[in-house]
Amino acid sequence: MSEMPWYNKGLFSSLNLRQKTLLTIGLTALVLFIVFISGMMIDANLPTNFSIKMQGPSFEHIFGTDWMGRDMFIRTIKGLSLSIVIGLGASIISSIIATILAFIASFNKYCDTFVSWLIDLFASIPHILLIMMISIGLGKGAFGVIMAVAFSHWVNLTRVLRAEVLQIKTSEYVALSSKFGRSKLWIAKEHILPLVLSQIFVGTLLVFPHAIMHESSVTFLGFGLSPHEPAIGIILSESMSYLAMGAWWLAFFPGASLLIVVLLFDIIGDNLKRLFDPSEANN
Amino acid sequence: MNLKANNISFSYNKKREILKDVSLSLNSNQIIGLIGDSGSGKSTLCKILAGYITNYDGDVTIDGKKIPDKDFYPVQLIFQHPEKTMNPKWKMEKVLTESWNPPQNLKDMFGLKDNWLTRWPNELSGGELQRFSILRALNPKTKFIIADEISTMLDALTQVQIWEALINYSKANNIGILAVSHDIELLEVLCDDILHFEDINNL
Repeated sequence: MSEMPWYNKGLFSSLNLRQKTLLTIGLTALVLFIVFISGMMIDANLPTNFSIKMQGPSFEHIFGTDWMGRDMFIRTIKGLSLSIVIGLGASIISSIIATILAFIASFNKYCDTFVSWLIDLFASIPHILLIMMISIGLGKGAFGVIMAVAFSHWVNLTRVLRAEVLQIKTSEYVALSSKFGRSKLWIAKEHILPLVLSQIFVGTLLVFPHAIMHESSVTFLGFGLSPHEPAIGIILSESMSYLAMGAWWLAFFPGASLLIVVLLFDIIGDNLKRLFDPSEANN
Repeated sequence: MNLKANNISFSYNKKREILKDVSLSLNSNQIIGLIGDSGSGKSTLCKILAGYITNYDGDVTIDGKKIPDKDFYPVQLIFQHPEKTMNPKWKMEKVLTESWNPPQNLKDMFGLKDNWLTRWPNELSGGELQRFSILRALNPKTKFIIADEISTMLDALTQVQIWEALINYSKANNIGILAVSHDIELLEVLCDDILHFEDINNL
């Protein structure tokens, strides 16, 4: 008999895969939710205390303190919740744009040409340039960054969805559906949308790390969030000047936390995909 | 009612014609068999009759009138591969009721089990799926059925059961059937008349 995989042992051995998947999604979402809520409740203006500046990780300040004596753990949580808001906002808006454009492309030949042209146009402009322009145009700040990231990251997902929708549209069950007298709108809603839903979810979650990365890079360049907002991007860019002095914790813990948050979103995405795809349901 | 195809010509590319001046007539009380070689254009003709291909020459009429394209199409094609004609993310219940909600006795006639309705298409076999696709095509608005090799993947016993149910229903409801197959013995049992595709295609 082959050895039992680790996830079938111990505490959760009585659960089936579906329950485990739901449990994973639930726990992951809970962690993100806690980070988000606690970050929202933290006042952005942390008290400064120069007597404890630049301390390494200790039990009192587990992520250490910065050059103004602020606790890095609190700053990181605050920064993460801001990143989650920006990342989520940008990913959701860009997925909505991508979905709408993919369906417009499927409408007829001219719409398809138009959408393809739009994809090529946006793909040919460097992301960072586009983000900077839109962000400045919308007055910087969180709103500007969300819109800028959203309007530059729909391209890949649109390309994938357009191909997917096109393929589904030529399938026999869609042809048959229209012979049953169903309208185009009904087919788009009932046939095509459920089939691309998991793609949209995965696409949304793939945009997420990009959104945070681009948010921090435009912030670093001075075109994104204003420096007094405690975003992870700001924390990381500020830590650059202290890294050479050996203050590794200023970059390490916020960076690692950001990575974990991105991974948690990835786990949710993977598990949701498994849940939505019936052909994998029995695996 | 009478389904008529007049002088239908069609080619997928300009170099090679596949259908030339094909004419065909089918009454609602008839079951006509169509036999022909692989790749000779039988399925193309079926798709033209059922309205899937529209850029052909000639015309297809019911009682001399053009068939309206917007509503339920009165000529229903049953495909050879049922698994391709079903949305993989729909439960069978929805797959069936997309067309109509057949009465229980009809489901029994085709041997449709109730617990199949809550499954996904990939959890049923080809034969089980084919019963669904036939039942879907038997909507009350259907006047003609084009059966394109619908029983090739079934064993002999199931073939008989399905064809018997299909023929009984269409006799009772005045539906004409065009049965396309390679199997001359099957068509001889089922059909009132057999057409050879090579004879009606003037290539």
